[in-house]
Amino acid sequence: MIAHLPALQVIIPLVSAPLCALLPAGRAVWLAAMTASWLAFLIAVLLLDRVLAHGPISYLMGGWPVPWGIEYRVDALNAFVLLIVAAIGAVVITFGREIVERRIRLPESKQSWFYTAYMLCLTGLLGITITGDAFNVFVFLEISSLSSYVLISIGRDRRALTAAYQYLIMGTIGATFILIGIGLLYVMTGTLNMGDLAARIPAVADTRTIHAAFAFLTVGVCLKLALFPLHLWLPNAYAYAPSVVTAFLAATATKVAIYVLLRFFFTIFGATFSFETMELDRVLLPLALVGIFSASVVAIFQDNVKRMLAYSSVAQIGYMILGISLVSVTGLTASISHLFNHALMKGALFMALGCVSFRVGAAKLERMAGVGRTMPWTMGAFVIGGLSLIGVPLTAGFVSKWYLVVGALEKGWWPVAVLVLITSLLAVIYVWRVVEVAYFKPAPAGQVVREAPLALLIPTWALALANLYFGLDTSLNVGVARRAAEMLLGVGP
Amino acid sequence: MAILGLYNYWIFIVLMMCGFYVVISSGNLVKKLVGLNIFQTSVFILYISMGKIIGGTAPIIVDRAVVYSNPMPHVLILTAIVVGIATTSLGLALVVRINEAYGTIEEDEIHAQDREEAL
Repeated sequence: MIAHLPALQVIIPLVSAPLCALLPAGRAVWLAAMTASWLAFLIAVLLLDRVLAHGPISYLMGGWPVPWGIEYRVDALNAFVLLIVAAIGAVVITFGREIVERRIRLPESKQSWFYTAYMLCLTGLLGITITGDAFNVFVFLEISSLSSYVLISIGRDRRALTAAYQYLIMGTIGATFILIGIGLLYVMTGTLNMGDLAARIPAVADTRTIHAAFAFLTVGVCLKLALFPLHLWLPNAYAYAPSVVTAFLAATATKVAIYVLLRFFFTIFGATFSFETMELDRVLLPLALVGIFSASVVAIFQDNVKRMLAYSSVAQIGYMILGISLVSVTGLTASISHLFNHALMKGALFMALGCVSFRVGAAKLERMAGVGRTMPWTMGAFVIGGLSLIGVPLTAGFVSKWYLVVGALEKGWWPVAVLVLITSLLAVIYVWRVVEVAYFKPAPAGQVVREAPLALLIPTWALALANLYFGLDTSLNVGVARRAAEMLLGVGP
Repeated sequence: MAILGLYNYWIFIVLMMCGFYVVISSGNLVKKLVGLNIFQTSVFILYISMGKIIGGTAPIIVDRAVVYSNPMPHVLILTAIVVGIATTSLGLALVVRINEAYGTIEEDEIHAQDREEAL
């Protein structure tokens, strides 16, 4: 059983998806989806524990030897990402039941399908992360993308439909670019196994085919992770999707895309090829900086709080790419730990916002007047998430920004460090706009708002408290991230 | 001659660019999906071409040694074809829903309605 953990990590959510479709809407289907998600989380914990204790795990699907069969390979980096994805998947589905029943544009008879799509999306994301086969990445990417288009389209607003359509177009272009890139790699190397690719690419690295493959993969993955200026699908998709879906996708989907980027650039192509031969950092660094700055400024002017947080996500992705473009252990540590911390903070923020719109009926800023007093617990969680987003000391967000600034200073790029600090101040402004309206504006007369139900509050607070916990005890989010960074750059033990 | 000999790769590039152009330039949601489909189909040709060996047969085990095409890219692209079908059908389903919600499938008219609503 223990030996098959890598396969079970993907198979359990995969099998639960059709099961959910067969169950009647209501408690039964929710329990099934929740059980499968928490099992996936348990497996992720066990895998990370084993990887940290005994080193990378290689699992051969069906016993076919590499490179003919598909290998699942778990090392410090993807065990860490698996943990994030599975944890958020489990917490959000625990949170989701009331929202699915009351706030989604689906008749009751079709609510089971929501859970099917959700579990498929989780399967896809876990699959991308765990697999050691390049083509498998594409297949799982499409599984997660197709189900996320469905999940986004069931938002209450009709603009959810156009947002999902736009994401479908952009996402498919991105995935097809990745497919072309993988195809060109196969032409030159004759293998799809990531370890094998890494071994064979250096011999043919100086060919136009490999350079083209590199370009296609870069653009494709950057579309999926919404790097500025390829982020245009993201704000609408996040703003009009149901809040359960936004919380889940914002905390996992872009993170997994960042993981794919790291895997391709560092493990498959190798840091020397990606950053010295192709000089990718010269492209990523300015895009990351412009993305951070412009998305933060745009976030300030949003009246829909969900959209504001969506733009903030684009900025946060910029921080992660900035860490990668530093190409140093500290920079990568910052990026990888920010994957984790950003999942925690955005998960908490979007879930708190889900609680607000559950009671108030919308995520518009003006509708939130006075909710700080009528929904103190919800807004308490929102404020903690917001502080973490800004990067206030003692929160998880501070830890990764600290490493990012240190990484920039190590390189002597002090303007970059200053820009990180300035954009943190921009985050103060947009978080403050929400806090001001919620706490200092009187509630509109006649509006009766009660605190959100406990079923929503407990998962939200679990993530909010995690933001505080991982701000104090950094052995997991920084310790493992540093190990992963050292492994990627090949300098560690 | 080398350029002509690689004509299937040229077809791949031309189809890919045509599809991509339609996706970007067309304002009709269905036409965009058609463009997307052409774009994806071009990649099928890339994969099928790379596995083909001139004079090669189907990869079936026989007693004597023969030249055979590489079945791997062909198998891979079967998966991608299935993905393409799923994407197209999901996209068309979304267009049906958009048409029900907005009464149009022209992108600029949809944006105009959204702007009116926002005011």
